[in-house]
Amino acid sequence: MAFFFDLFVNGLMIGSMYALVALGFVLIYKATSVVNFAQGDLVMFGGYIAAALVVLYKLPLAVALPVLLGSMIALGFIVERGVLRPMVGQNVISVVMVTIGLSQVFQGSAAMLWGAQTKNIPLPIPLEPYVIWEIYISPVNLVAALVSGVFLVAFVWFFRKSRMGIAMRATANDQQAAMAVGINVRFIFALSWAIAGLAAALGGVLWGNLIGVDTQLALVGLKVFPAVILGGLDSVPGAVVGGLIIGAVESVAAGYVDPYVGGGTKDFLPYVLMILALMVRPYGFFGREIIERV
Amino acid sequence: MTLRAVLVGILALTVVAGPSVARVQAAGEIFIPLLVYRTGPYAPNGIPIANGASDYFTLVNERDGGINTVKIAFEECEDQYDTKQGVECYERLKAKNPVLVNPYSTGITYQLIPKAPVDKIVVHSMGYGMTATADGRWFPWVFNFPMTYWSQASAFVKYVAQQEGGMDKLKGKKIAHIFHNSPYGKEANPTLEDLARRHAFELTLLAVDHPGQEQKATWLQIRRLNPDWIYISGWGVMNQVAVKEAGSIGVKMDRVVGNWWTGTETDVIPAGDAAKGYKSMAFTAPGAEFKVHQDIFKHVYDKGKGAYGNDRAKVGEVLYNRMVVNAMLNVEAIRTAMTKYGNKPLTGEQVRWGFENLNITDKRLEELGMKGMMRPLRVTCENHEGNGLAFVQQWDGKKWNVVSDWIEPIRDVVRPKLEAEAVAEAKKLNYTMRDCAKEK
Repeated sequence: MAFFFDLFVNGLMIGSMYALVALGFVLIYKATSVVNFAQGDLVMFGGYIAAALVVLYKLPLAVALPVLLGSMIALGFIVERGVLRPMVGQNVISVVMVTIGLSQVFQGSAAMLWGAQTKNIPLPIPLEPYVIWEIYISPVNLVAALVSGVFLVAFVWFFRKSRMGIAMRATANDQQAAMAVGINVRFIFALSWAIAGLAAALGGVLWGNLIGVDTQLALVGLKVFPAVILGGLDSVPGAVVGGLIIGAVESVAAGYVDPYVGGGTKDFLPYVLMILALMVRPYGFFGREIIERV
Repeated sequence: MTLRAVLVGILALTVVAGPSVARVQAAGEIFIPLLVYRTGPYAPNGIPIANGASDYFTLVNERDGGINTVKIAFEECEDQYDTKQGVECYERLKAKNPVLVNPYSTGITYQLIPKAPVDKIVVHSMGYGMTATADGRWFPWVFNFPMTYWSQASAFVKYVAQQEGGMDKLKGKKIAHIFHNSPYGKEANPTLEDLARRHAFELTLLAVDHPGQEQKATWLQIRRLNPDWIYISGWGVMNQVAVKEAGSIGVKMDRVVGNWWTGTETDVIPAGDAAKGYKSMAFTAPGAEFKVHQDIFKHVYDKGKGAYGNDRAKVGEVLYNRMVVNAMLNVEAIRTAMTKYGNKPLTGEQVRWGFENLNITDKRLEELGMKGMMRPLRVTCENHEGNGLAFVQQWDGKKWNVVSDWIEPIRDVVRPKLEAEAVAEAKKLNYTMRDCAKEK
């Protein structure tokens, strides 16, 4: 049983990091209806900036972090203003293709600016693991889970309680009605990209510290899809729950099933869950069911 | 001409010229295509490999005026480590009459093996590809010297035995193999299973699915298992994560040994201090202190022709050196062929003879400025793996250091298995076995 809890708890910690990446995806979809295939690449770009600031430019972490967060917020604004806004009114496929193009641009420009070699983001976190009730917890994972958790809670509060957050929710519900009550919808679009940039910055630092920073860091974006489909494409709590479920399922399956089948279950089980979720609840566990008159 | 026509013309020329042309072939030159992956997910590994080849071929042209005055023409084609793109690159560059190809991907190698005898182009898969092709009687056009995955796995077990005090001390020991869940990653398993039966050690096989960025469950199993030694066959992001996870669960890092594709700077730097003490197998020495590097700086970088530009610090990294040795072996095989066919551009068939009669002695390595960088090597008609040896290197937090003597693979176990496998693989291709006695 200890092994199960070991897998489960560690899976939840990884899941919270998936949730952080998924949050950026959901936010953009919810506010702007854009399916952003470049979310993983935004995370990678955040990781590259962090590594460049800390390793290449030797900035202390206390200075590098605000610079990183500011840069990624600015990048979110720029992407929305420069690339996505001209696409307003275009068909969904065109917008999706633009985000796929963006992902390639992020990868190429990161490698051109800072080189394709893998970089480390050194964080002042001890290496020695904690052992609590026979559950092994690595400090890096624990810190990553805590940071993800704090950000997710702060964002949920912002979304539900702050004036700007309520404006974002209103825009997500009905753009025309939001405009009618005086909400600057264009600014809200830009703001959602900026917050996605912020989430990507944190994701970049945490994932970058865990697996190193190079173009492969963008692969964490792949886990976003089963997580958000499971939780609901337009649901912030859904992104969190979806991420946690995917993390836990992956971990437990890899621990118990993989040894008997030679591996592979960890990869497809999240997608099996995704398909089941679509069959039972096409809008995800927390997604909003849209009923349209035809 | 309108601006639009000019732009269309430029675009068309760009497409026709293709990517990154290093030196285009002219009459009287020998052509070597370079399948590279400077972009894509495996670029951190692909760049030093591509630069090592480019720098060494440039060195031979600049310092020696070519191979016995025959200049080397080489051209890169970007394949992103993708098999389909790699085969497309091969087909496109085939028109330039290449004499050999280094696929630098096991997947691409498998696709090129059947093409080699038809196109008369030598395939050299140095330390990767299909192990069975080491039997030259069945696969005359494919060479995988200086070693195969199976020999490497046996050398690893031998190293473990050395550390434990002898082969008899392996009995009861626990060894875990963590492998990339792909044909490449599984390649060492049959050899390890065979050796586990012979020497009564307990072998556990743990697969990591591609790409391997999340391996927590695998390492929690390792913690539960508490093995005496861990062997890793990984690639790309899997390696970085494996090394970091090993450190984070408190495994003794000097008991964790990667194969030679799991022991580069890229694999250990992201793990920071956690990687200190981590070991890997290797067959080419790291570092830029060899005479060949001084030649590369003098004849290539001082002339502004170095592949790394002004960034000389990367010259001497593990994969860079491996490709420098690979390129040297290509050049020396061509030089060997010239002893028989003359100093002129050769055909693929002639170069194949050069590969099969390659004999790199200690004296020749010294002349090339590579003494100690690899072991002397002799290739024969029967044995396309040659007589290569491996060693173990260890990461000290800043650089790789050689920490073992050269280790002889357990050839009496590996070779019979390899020959049996060669028969099976050759049958799939309807090959017949040639008589090497008639080739002498």
